[in-house]
Amino acid sequence: MRQRISKILARRRVWSLPYVIFMAIFIVVPLLLIMFYAFQSKAGGFSLENFERFINQPEAANTFIYSIGIALITTIICLVLGYPAAYVLTKLKPSNARLVVMLFILPMWINVLVRTLATVALFDFLRLPLGEGALIFGMVYNFLPFMIYPIYNVLQKMDPSLIEAAEDLGATPRQVFTRVVFPLSMPGIVSGIMMVFMPTISTFAIAELLTMNNIKLFGTTIQENINNGMWHYGAALSLIMLIIIGITSLFTDATSDEGTGDATLL
Amino acid sequence: MVNSNYIIEISNITKNFPDKVVLDDVSLKVRKGEFLTILGPSGCGKTTLLRLLAGFNSATSGEILIGGERMTGVPPHLRPVNTVFQRYALFPNYNVYDNIAFGLKLQRVDKKEIEQRVKRALKMVGMTDYEHRDVQSLSGGQQQRVAIARAIVNRPQVLLLDEPLAALDLKMRKDMQMELKEMHRTLGITFVYVTHDQEEALTLSDTIVVMNEGKIQQIGTPTDIYNEPCNAFVADFIGESNILNAVMVRDRLVKFMDKEFECVDEGFGENVEVDVVIRPEDVYIIRNAEAAMFTGKVKSCTFKGVHYEMFVETPDGYEIMIQDYNAFEVGSEVGMMIKPADIHVMRKERTENHVEGRLIDATHVEMLGESFECEAVEGIEPGAKVDVSFGFSSVELTDDPDDGKSWGTIRFILYKGDRYHLTVRTDEGDTIYVDTHDVWEDLDEVGIKIAPNNITINEIK
Repeated sequence: MRQRISKILARRRVWSLPYVIFMAIFIVVPLLLIMFYAFQSKAGGFSLENFERFINQPEAANTFIYSIGIALITTIICLVLGYPAAYVLTKLKPSNARLVVMLFILPMWINVLVRTLATVALFDFLRLPLGEGALIFGMVYNFLPFMIYPIYNVLQKMDPSLIEAAEDLGATPRQVFTRVVFPLSMPGIVSGIMMVFMPTISTFAIAELLTMNNIKLFGTTIQENINNGMWHYGAALSLIMLIIIGITSLFTDATSDEGTGDATLL
Repeated sequence: MVNSNYIIEISNITKNFPDKVVLDDVSLKVRKGEFLTILGPSGCGKTTLLRLLAGFNSATSGEILIGGERMTGVPPHLRPVNTVFQRYALFPNYNVYDNIAFGLKLQRVDKKEIEQRVKRALKMVGMTDYEHRDVQSLSGGQQQRVAIARAIVNRPQVLLLDEPLAALDLKMRKDMQMELKEMHRTLGITFVYVTHDQEEALTLSDTIVVMNEGKIQQIGTPTDIYNEPCNAFVADFIGESNILNAVMVRDRLVKFMDKEFECVDEGFGENVEVDVVIRPEDVYIIRNAEAAMFTGKVKSCTFKGVHYEMFVETPDGYEIMIQDYNAFEVGSEVGMMIKPADIHVMRKERTENHVEGRLIDATHVEMLGESFECEAVEGIEPGAKVDVSFGFSSVELTDDPDDGKSWGTIRFILYKGDRYHLTVRTDEGDTIYVDTHDVWEDLDEVGIKIAPNNITINEIK
């Protein structure tokens, strides 16, 4: 018996068991529960009434579209600000670059709520109005590092001789960027977009705090429904969001394949 | 254009990196259409020189002309050269065709012409029908062929090659050498080739430039470099050789291994210390010991394919490497002979160490970043700058951390038949030379000790 236990322990796979159990209880089961509730009517039994309600009642659907809009804007701003930042970072001396990376990761050590409350206080102090502008500012502030880091990572690992080869073949600095550096940094851009776009759709704390509850994002809608005991509808909304995010991730996967594959010149 | 004969003229190029001088006053001219190889051990500055030609780095001082035009401040994309990189540097986001067409598309060459030229380049490197392959699916040799095609398709005036075959296996390397040579003949453009492989340099080049420690050691044809090395470094780096300390007794007579030999060299003066180089294939083993110039005992004998490589020790303790088609039994006594024309006499670059120092007090001198004890000095003020000299064999090396004074790294080892002549770079950046019987290895960290009575101090006026 004892021998058998030691034999089992000797297999490395066994050591992943605690996490597998954890994952089953806290990820797989809840997912199944969401599916279960989403397709169940209040009275019990299989039904599509929750999804019908989403389509027929414009309120939730509008919030959903608005959320995607905010997420898109946030992602674009993050990309526009983040790419040049990441690019400049790779040009710095390694010791300086480490310091700067450290500086922009530092705020991440503080809880998102604390950071957002601080942003609210800052807006108050500067007498700036809270609302949509503050919301986008808060989102960008919170998610920018998630855009910079993957792009920086890809750019930093890029073989410098590729850039030299392009220059050598007659590319101006601008052409070096558009034909070699940028296409090769696509994987970083794609993971940056995924890391910013997906969580921003479902954010609610930032929206609540920075708009004084005036603007509702989709995350807030889900939270409100579930808090008010409307488990079935909440679950359906969550499922819809999951599916949309799933589709975007499939889409970005496809473009990243293309980015590293044989995209043609000119 | 004044010197239309020369496609590249490098004058007095010096390149400093923050902590070291990589190129030290290098001047070089490359003839149009020549296959020129820059040869040297790693860290000798050869790649830096190539990068200066390509425009990836700029020189600290000096000037480069390509095709008669000054290249100072000209960025890489405007230079009439193309580079083949050691690690290929193919763009992974493009296929073979688009990699090769990269330069032509930037020049806005007509689409049809691009297609023709890419196809011709592919044919030249033996890669026809590979246009649409993903570059990452190719083997190392194939990738390097694509890289060569990508460079030559632009018809540069000069093709720069940075150890292009270093990453390939031996068989592939040999094949590619022949192909490169053929390509050079067909294209008629100038090749500047960088390598650390002396055999590759001897096989490929019209001209070889041997470099070491940022300086050009010798420029010449492969035969010149092999047969008439100008110093011990070149002799040791190119092919196998016996390098021995010798004294030029008078013209045509040189003394080494405690014996006098006839030679063909003149003009060194009388009783001047020199180095002699004897190639191992130039030492003849003869059965008749009576007729031998000197004798020795065979210490080892190894079969090397075509010849045997033997080490023979003379009664005076000198070890000579010999290559011969016949094997001689280990332990047997043999007689040896060297023809006068096969003894290459070289001027010694130095006969003792000289470093700059500062006198601390009458019995201490500061040099190599430390205070060394010396014999009482008279007539020089403490604090004065002095020239400190000491013989090669008066330096003692140690690896005991508590024993050595200054520390340094062994940069070059030359075996001189009965002793090792080491080049040691101290941590302060001075270079000293040490003769020793102890066996050290390249890049060993060594502590330096010098006995007080071996140090000679002269004031710098």
